[in-house]
Amino acid sequence: MDSVINLVNAAVLAGTPLLFGTLGEILTEKSGNLNLGVEGMMFMGAVSGLWAAVFYESIAATVSGVLAAIFAVIGSFLFGALGALIYSFLTVTLRANQNVTGLTLTIFGTGIANFLGEILAQNMGGYARVTTVTQGAFANLNIPGLSDLPVVGKLLFSYNFVVYLGIVIALVMWWFFKKTRVGLNLRAVGESPATADSAGINVTLYKYLATCIGGGICGIGGMYVSMVTTNGVWVYNCVSGLGWIAVALVIFVAWKPALGILGALVFGGLSVLRMYVPLGIPMEIYEMVPYVATVIVLIVTSIRQSKENSQPKSCGLNYFREER
Amino acid sequence: MTENAIELVNITKTFGDVVANDCVNLTVKKGEILALLGENGSGKTTLVNMLSGIYFPDSGEIFVNGERAVIRSPIDAFSYGIGMVHQHLKLVDVFTAAENVVLGLKGGVCIDRKKLAVKIREIAEKYGFEIDPKKKIYDMAISEKQTVEIIKVLYRGANILILDEPTAVLTPQETEKFFDVLRKMKEDGKSIIIITHKLNEVLAISDRVAILRKGRSVGVVETRTATAQSLTEAMVGRSVSLSIERPEVPLTGDRLTVQELNCVDHEGVRVLKDVSFVLHGGEILGVAGVAGSGQRELCEALSGLQPIKSGHIYHNDGDFSEDIVGKSPFDIARMGIRSAFVPEDRLGMGLVAGMSMVDNMMLKNYHESKGLFVDRKKPRMVADELIKRLGIVTPNASTPVRRLSGGNVQKVLLGREINSNPSVLIAAYPVRGLDINSSYMIYDLLNEQKKKGVAVLYVGEDLDVLMQLCDRIIVMCGGAITGVVDPRAVTKEKIGELMMRHENDRSEEVAG
Repeated sequence: MDSVINLVNAAVLAGTPLLFGTLGEILTEKSGNLNLGVEGMMFMGAVSGLWAAVFYESIAATVSGVLAAIFAVIGSFLFGALGALIYSFLTVTLRANQNVTGLTLTIFGTGIANFLGEILAQNMGGYARVTTVTQGAFANLNIPGLSDLPVVGKLLFSYNFVVYLGIVIALVMWWFFKKTRVGLNLRAVGESPATADSAGINVTLYKYLATCIGGGICGIGGMYVSMVTTNGVWVYNCVSGLGWIAVALVIFVAWKPALGILGALVFGGLSVLRMYVPLGIPMEIYEMVPYVATVIVLIVTSIRQSKENSQPKSCGLNYFREER
Repeated sequence: MTENAIELVNITKTFGDVVANDCVNLTVKKGEILALLGENGSGKTTLVNMLSGIYFPDSGEIFVNGERAVIRSPIDAFSYGIGMVHQHLKLVDVFTAAENVVLGLKGGVCIDRKKLAVKIREIAEKYGFEIDPKKKIYDMAISEKQTVEIIKVLYRGANILILDEPTAVLTPQETEKFFDVLRKMKEDGKSIIIITHKLNEVLAISDRVAILRKGRSVGVVETRTATAQSLTEAMVGRSVSLSIERPEVPLTGDRLTVQELNCVDHEGVRVLKDVSFVLHGGEILGVAGVAGSGQRELCEALSGLQPIKSGHIYHNDGDFSEDIVGKSPFDIARMGIRSAFVPEDRLGMGLVAGMSMVDNMMLKNYHESKGLFVDRKKPRMVADELIKRLGIVTPNASTPVRRLSGGNVQKVLLGREINSNPSVLIAAYPVRGLDINSSYMIYDLLNEQKKKGVAVLYVGEDLDVLMQLCDRIIVMCGGAITGVVDPRAVTKEKIGELMMRHENDRSEEVAG
């Protein structure tokens, strides 16, 4: 029993950056933008989140963990959104090819994050890290009354605040797509921009906003890596592939944000399998598992064709009103 | 209060050097149905797009209900009570009818679906529509989709409706029903502008007809004083004969024998069901049916492009008789079968849009030339000859075919296919989107082939044309042949009935 709880705990912690990447990309793709730059935006979020926290620590008289966390979240959101803004400008305004632009954004984001990370490390004497107070803000919560419950407390109420933020975002996004007027309009933009346009919806605005907010959410996922996974220390190439798994997860969960929670949990579990399910196989095989699963997911989902659970129809295509 | 719903005064719109509308004047009275008539490229769509906010006029004035109006966007158009139903329906497939109706409207954060459904049902009842607000668009037949589109416009409170070729996709029965709805709207005081190419419909539904020619308004006539002949002459600018020839040609034997043909699409839906018929040399066999009834699959199966589940397709030529089931188009050509196919998607499937006429000519027989390099001389000669013989308007044979107008593209395609000297010619919607002049040219070309003894399969949508041009008509519905009729002895209503025979099976196929 304990080992199952431990596995779930570890899966949640490992799956959270995937959840953010997945949610950000769902929001982006719902506007008809296929942004393959998730990896890049997560990298950008990772370095900027850490940088923002360090910056706060350098100006604060006494460091408050809560404020440092807020700086990290906002900093990563903004830098991730900046990556998405570059992407939006290129694809929506200049109508550049979406795939190429997204791939370029990944390369750009990875490069600039590692570059800035090294600079930060040099500025701090060869090793970039936040103070223990800030580390504490990203530690697992202890919710009075709830965290102490047997089983349930450990299973549901013992994570850091970013995990709950991710779940809240997933549920809000579910409500937004399902129930709201703006959500309906956004989905229309992704499905058929010409229809949305003739219904009086500002297609360009919707695409920009959804893509930038989506990029910001991806950025928070990156921050999770640098603040929680590596415990507030800059590690070269820390995001390494999570963004790509998130892109595949979007397909796996059929563009449904609430289902994204489950998808991220499963893939988080796969990535920590080696520590909790000893099978006596080489380490390298364990490390392959999430990627092999991604490939299988892509094959299975491309066989399963349905109108409801598929990519927004105009995804990957740029919209130009006067083109026929 | 003025009695004019819309007044256009001296409207001019240019695209680069092209003058689409040149000082057009037009009035639409309250509670009337005005038909807008003109050939392709005469500026009808440009004109109504300026009313619906897609384009903005270069000069001239628009008055709505007597007041000067500036319409810069679709939202502006709604605020003046103008709503447009586009020729290519603008609906989101995975949304329900209600979601499509409410799309883009202002209101509370969440959508009150119950209230919305009630209001949609109210509108539907008032004008005699049938609609289920919760049905998804992809589950709908094309006529239902159109209903959603019209309700969408009415829901936004439009008093002036613009309908761009609304009947192109409807059966005669559906058209009749649709016209009843329009008449109810008219009684309700709404003004309607309808664009259509079908003269009999203009005469049936409209109060007045405005005619455009080359971007200029050439006149407005009261419908009761007009005839199909007078309208055509006004539209084309000279007298034309409206009857389509049907020469009597002796049959030259069975060319194509189709037996119990069955096809399924990739989702496992049966798209052709036990289709059997014989196509003779020297006849034009028409194929009628609502769009998506299996016509495309039939044409593609006959050309070796559609996987066949069971059945036989025999090509006969004298003693020669071969089953082409399971063969690729290349195999079929190598078997010595001269089969020509004019697909409905001209620039997608028929021609390569970015390539010149010469290169497109080469596609059909480049593999016959020997050696490493292709021979460009012969196709160039063919292209030049086609330009001369068919009167194709193009700067030269090296211009990418994408730049040609619809009618000229079709002439290039049909010309190439005819040039291969076929024994069987399959033409899918060869006059779709073409104006009267080009259409008649295509009919003449098909008749010419028929006289040469070619077996022609003509898939069409305009029943009047099918009934005048074809020697026999097979009617398809839901992938099955529901009847073979003699156009000389059948009524349009009878064909319409056959087109709707398997209502239940049909809806699933139309959805795709």
